[in-house]
Amino acid sequence: MPEIKVTPLGAGQDVGRSCILVSIGGKNIMLDCGMHMGYNDDRRFPDFSYITQNGRLTEFLDCVIISHFHLDHCGALPYMSEMVGYDGPIYMTHPTKAICPILLEDFRKITVDKKGETNFFTSQMIKDCMKKVVPLNLHQTVQVDDELEIKAYYAGHVLGAAMVQIKVGSESVVYTGDYNMTPDRHLGAAWIDKCRPDILISESTYATTIRDSKRCRERDFLKKVHETVERGGKVLIPVFALGRAQELCILLETFWERMNLKAPIYFSTGLTEKANHYYKLFITWTNQKIRKTFVQRNMFEFKHIKAFDRSYADNPGPMVVFATPGMLHAGQSLQIFKKWAGNEKNMVIMPGYCVQGTVGHKLLSGQKKLEMEGRTTLEVKLQVEYMSFSAHADAKGIMQLIRMAEPRNVMLVHGEAKKMEFLKDKIEQEFTGISCFMPANGETTTIPTNPSVPVDISLNLLKREAAFGGPLPDPKKPRTMHGTLIMKDSSLRLVSPEQALKELDLNEHQLRFTCRVQLQDPYSDTDTLSRVYNHLKSVLKGYTVQHLPDGTVMVESIVLKVSSSAEDPNTKVVLLSWSYQVTPGCTIQGSQLPH
Amino acid sequence: YTSHLRIEQHPHEEVPAKKLRLTKPSKSAALHVDLCKASSPTDALQYLLQFARKPVEADSVEGVVRILLEHYYKETDSSVRLKIASLLGLLSKTQGFTPDCIVDDVINTLNSERSHQVLAQLLDTLLVIGTQVPESLNMRHRLIDVACKHLTDTYFGVRNKCLQLFGCLGSVDKPLPRESEGGGTGMAAKDVQSIISDYFGDQDPRVRTAAIKAMLQLHERGMKLQQIIYNQACKLLSDDYEQVRSAAVQMVWVLSQLYPESIVPIPSSNEKIRLVDDSFGKICHMVSDGSWVVRVQAAKLLGSMQQVSPHFLEQTLDKKLMSDLRRKRTAHERAKELYSSGEFSSGRKWADDAPKEKVDTTAVNLIDSGACGAFVHGLEDEMYEVRIAAVEALCALAQSSPSFAEKCLDFLVDMFNDEIEEVRLQSIHVLRQISTHITLREDQLDTVLAVLEDSSRDIREALHELLCYTNVSTKECIQLALLELLKNLTKYPTDRNSVWKCLKFLGSRHPTLVLPIVPELLSTHPYFDTPEPDMDDPAYIAVLVLVFNAAKSCPTMTALFSDHTFRHYAYLRDSLSHLVPPLRLPGRKLTSAPEASGLASSVESAQNFLKESLTRVCSVQQLDAPGAQSLLEFTIRDLQRLGELQTELAGTADFCATYLHCQLLLMKALQDKLWSVAVPLYLKQNAMVSGAAAQVLEETYKLEFLYSGLESRQIASIHHVRLQAKALQLVLLARTRRGVEPLLSACEKFLHEVDAFQRLFVTELPHFQDSFVDKLLDIMPRLAGSKPADLVKILQTTLRHSCFPQLKLPEQIRRATAAIIEPTGESDNPLRFTSGLVVALDVDATLEHVQDPQTTVKVQVLYPDGQSHVIQPKPADFRKPGPGRHRLITQVYLSHSAWTEPCQIDVKLLLAYSSSTSRSLGPRSAWNESTEGPTPLESTIEGTIPLSKPVKVFIMPKPARR
Repeated sequence: MPEIKVTPLGAGQDVGRSCILVSIGGKNIMLDCGMHMGYNDDRRFPDFSYITQNGRLTEFLDCVIISHFHLDHCGALPYMSEMVGYDGPIYMTHPTKAICPILLEDFRKITVDKKGETNFFTSQMIKDCMKKVVPLNLHQTVQVDDELEIKAYYAGHVLGAAMVQIKVGSESVVYTGDYNMTPDRHLGAAWIDKCRPDILISESTYATTIRDSKRCRERDFLKKVHETVERGGKVLIPVFALGRAQELCILLETFWERMNLKAPIYFSTGLTEKANHYYKLFITWTNQKIRKTFVQRNMFEFKHIKAFDRSYADNPGPMVVFATPGMLHAGQSLQIFKKWAGNEKNMVIMPGYCVQGTVGHKLLSGQKKLEMEGRTTLEVKLQVEYMSFSAHADAKGIMQLIRMAEPRNVMLVHGEAKKMEFLKDKIEQEFTGISCFMPANGETTTIPTNPSVPVDISLNLLKREAAFGGPLPDPKKPRTMHGTLIMKDSSLRLVSPEQALKELDLNEHQLRFTCRVQLQDPYSDTDTLSRVYNHLKSVLKGYTVQHLPDGTVMVESIVLKVSSSAEDPNTKVVLLSWSYQVTPGCTIQGSQLPH
Repeated sequence: YTSHLRIEQHPHEEVPAKKLRLTKPSKSAALHVDLCKASSPTDALQYLLQFARKPVEADSVEGVVRILLEHYYKETDSSVRLKIASLLGLLSKTQGFTPDCIVDDVINTLNSERSHQVLAQLLDTLLVIGTQVPESLNMRHRLIDVACKHLTDTYFGVRNKCLQLFGCLGSVDKPLPRESEGGGTGMAAKDVQSIISDYFGDQDPRVRTAAIKAMLQLHERGMKLQQIIYNQACKLLSDDYEQVRSAAVQMVWVLSQLYPESIVPIPSSNEKIRLVDDSFGKICHMVSDGSWVVRVQAAKLLGSMQQVSPHFLEQTLDKKLMSDLRRKRTAHERAKELYSSGEFSSGRKWADDAPKEKVDTTAVNLIDSGACGAFVHGLEDEMYEVRIAAVEALCALAQSSPSFAEKCLDFLVDMFNDEIEEVRLQSIHVLRQISTHITLREDQLDTVLAVLEDSSRDIREALHELLCYTNVSTKECIQLALLELLKNLTKYPTDRNSVWKCLKFLGSRHPTLVLPIVPELLSTHPYFDTPEPDMDDPAYIAVLVLVFNAAKSCPTMTALFSDHTFRHYAYLRDSLSHLVPPLRLPGRKLTSAPEASGLASSVESAQNFLKESLTRVCSVQQLDAPGAQSLLEFTIRDLQRLGELQTELAGTADFCATYLHCQLLLMKALQDKLWSVAVPLYLKQNAMVSGAAAQVLEETYKLEFLYSGLESRQIASIHHVRLQAKALQLVLLARTRRGVEPLLSACEKFLHEVDAFQRLFVTELPHFQDSFVDKLLDIMPRLAGSKPADLVKILQTTLRHSCFPQLKLPEQIRRATAAIIEPTGESDNPLRFTSGLVVALDVDATLEHVQDPQTTVKVQVLYPDGQSHVIQPKPADFRKPGPGRHRLITQVYLSHSAWTEPCQIDVKLLLAYSSSTSRSLGPRSAWNESTEGPTPLESTIEGTIPLSKPVKVFIMPKPARR
């Protein structure tokens, strides 16, 4: 029985270090190769020794596919390819290929240069790794080898995020990576066609959440910023460099444009600037509005947003500043925060979750006095706002994707076990016939498949058969046909029997059934025969009954012969012979001869 | 080579025979020769393509068709046959050609055709023919039979066309008649719907689509679809192909409109619901379809499902939020709660959106009946087309259900923040349309007002319009609105008029809310005198407009005014009378009393007055000339004054006055003594008369095209006057005696016009008893034969002895007017630009009661040296803020060679007319189509009427520096 095996090495009932092994139709594919942000030891990377104890991975894996550039989806890539050893193709979309090395390099710098870790991949390794990357386009079917093909679909989430369909023969798997079913200010919504995969591997970060409309949140955000700026206050928005930051920029930029506002907006430089450059380039990956208007003006060509300089923080008057990092634990954002915290006119807007222990977390939990290093305390007078902009599909979105793709099985990864449990129940309850899996890391799920085996049919045979039946081949009604199935090498062909014989160089054997019937008849053999002949002739109207000169009677294709038995000349033996296709019903009735 | 040879052989035998049969041999013969010359299928195809580019006259069509068919039988190449088949279809569309004669041929060819593509094309031709002759039942049956026969074809195109034939020609009234001889064809006995519905399950998506479309076509043609196909249609909603789904959505919708109340079971449960609710749920489901085309379709259709139960309707806005399995309130709910707890505008606390109670996991249904949150999805969609469709649907549904309107308010307000301006604008318009049902809460108003800062003028003006119709609940709201509007005013001073107007309505809608804040607004103090505000400050005027309008229905308010307020009132009442209503002020009773008297009765009395003056004018005939003239003069003066006083009747009064003025002019011109004297001596009088005639002509064009609401009777009157003026001109021409030739042609022209008048206004003729035209028509046969001199003589006497037809007034006549708001003509700074280059001048104008301004309104620029340019604004520059009103915001490009001093140019709006686009409806248009003979001079007359007062703009083209 053919089957598909899926084993999560990471992201099984967990968020972080996404890495899923799929074996399908004899091919092994690794989906994503991420790292875990929560660990600093070996648990940081997936356990590649699961695949092979020693030696390179190349011979075990046919390809690696990276869904998007977030580190929990691609962070372990240089480690795997350069340090563990993998030389096969790595597939990712163009924007991912462009942005991924920037993030990897940044990650490397932090771990090696700042934290001083050794035994980590080097810049050169990142470069070497990127050389193995084969870029993908949306909806482009790429043949990895003769049998394995992959196809990327738009996933929203971040620039260049993709869902991939992996197909071997008629078996297929869809892996979603992270995706978003509601569009935002710079990206569209995920979309997939009704590809009916055998299994859909979906993320489930928000398995138990149904989110509110995005517009309220956007409006709130804009209103707050606007009010503060009008009051003459300064707004600090700590962000992570990529993804949400761009969305917020677009949001503010268009708002400034619409409302004719003059207050400056700054963006702290560095990483972000480089990334912004790529956002400008990959316009086709953004949403409808940006795609349609970029000819007049590229939306990422910000008019109101300028690069930030350290000295600007002390400038009088209102301003808005985007600064990294997002949790206010270090760097520029913290510096600016310290400067502005004392004034109640100012505001800080936290656009994401904050890890416990960071300044951001303390702020959100309402602390008004913060202890800083050096035993100083910082009085927080400025307003603190929290604004969640998340780009994952919620429970409804996940259901919507399942409805779009119509898979036969669903597997949930990239989420918490308890939440998955709920969604799993819902999926099985609301889609009849779909079974749902949620394996833990290292746990293999096996899904039996029912692949259709294509058979070539000879045209002559097809035409002959079509001539018998109705005019249209009706896919819903099976039909029987006579033919010979030839399995030769790896090809299957259906041909007519004659042709099969010819091809296989075999002689045709005829199969005939015989039967003896004893009659008591005093006449000679020939007379008996003619009597039988006359009788049959009178009984079997509508059949051709022939008396042949060689002493036989033919009824259609049935042959009758009469001979006297050796012991008793009066007992005549009638020999009947027919081929296997004939139903001998009629002849049996005729055996009662009149005396 | 074989085909080549075969074709070569034929022409010699055939050509002469053909020539006899054709009335106009040129075209068909040429085609025939071409086709015969063709040596290969490609050549033949080329000829056919060339041939298709030129039109064919109706009478030679048949010949051409014969040739084509003949060639068709011989042709072996299927692509040529295909082209011929398509040409046949094209030809049968020719006007004046009845295609039933070629049906037989086409059906014959159909039977012998092998190629599926050609078959499909032939069926298409039949479809064209069938739609050309919709009356012939017999032919329809034949075509349907043909379609039945080919329905089982293996090629999808053929099946498609057959289904189309069914859709367009299948008989609507009853199942196919049995007359087709004892049900010999089993199919014919079956009814069309079940035949078509068999193909809902076809293996080809294109055929499935065609089947649904055919069904929809039947519905459009008036056949009642059967309910049994509902289930099939629902199944098709989950088809793999978008065009099928899109058509299926329409089908489900149609059925839901046909059988809203029938009951259908819910699968997997025992419950039953109304069909309209069921289909509503299903269509809602399609709002989250994978294809945006389907989503747009679904969202649009939702708007028209007004019979749906409120329970289902309200689900569309509810997404049942949860977070970590806990029930969560939406931001909208939270805002409402905050507001009702009096905590609005307090700062937001961390985690106040924290989820509350635990959700029962078994009760959560993530997809179920799709109505849940359909609009939430639709409004959040990636494609703006879907969002707009959703907004429109919301509007339609809200208009029929006040409770739903209340609920969707928040969502519409959210749409004010959309990234695409079109969507924002649309949602503002929609909110205005449903604003009768709703009262804005303070927090909602706050979000609405935030949009006032938008840099797009359209958005702001739409919002002002919205505020005019909005109800608010508290005095804080009024304050908030005023504050934001004033902010808007300072930021965009050009919005002045619009803001004032907005405040006018706001004040008159909420007098009781304005009352408590009046002292604050006018910054008066109970004990101290406050400084008098600057009267020219637009913001102060804005406040006053609000207060005065509120005071109109709140008499106690005036007690709060301080002295200068009264003075300012008097000033504003004079200068901005359209914004400031008449108030009953204490101590000023005398001046204000008459104005405040019941408006309705004054309109009535004015109307009576109007009628009386018109009947009085009728008696003009009985009076002697000077008496009649003075009566007319008085009446005209009265009417003009009436128009100024009563704005409701301005159009009517103006129209009458102008009409009477024409009469007066004619009357003066026809005075006895002018004509009795020998001609050469009275050149001066001649000039006077010809001037009068010309003026009358001009006035008649104004009468005809400047006023809307005219009926054909009034138009006839106008034409009648015009005819009189033309007769007068003719008489004058005869008297100047410049030879017979021009006179002859002028007479002929005039007679044509009389004739045209008669044809045009046959139905109106009874009203013209004893009038000029009536008399002329009486002697028409004699006129036609008479010499010009006689004609002129007759005309002269008829003119003088005929009476004026009485003018009967229609209900409402409106005069088209226009006012240029910008440029104001007040600027002293000349617009400088380099001569030879262009400078753009912003023009902003309002048009009232102009029909079809996109084509008729033009901008004229008159330079000091007499040059004038007429500029046609782009259609997109016209907006329609309200019924009968248009707004023109455009740029006019000016250019001129250098001047030495700054100089003023005149800019004004023109109304272009041409009598062929005249708006008299019935008789005129019908007649226009049917005329083929000599087109009367009339229909070619084009011209312009000045529509607005000219505005002077100071410009200064400087010589270019070298």
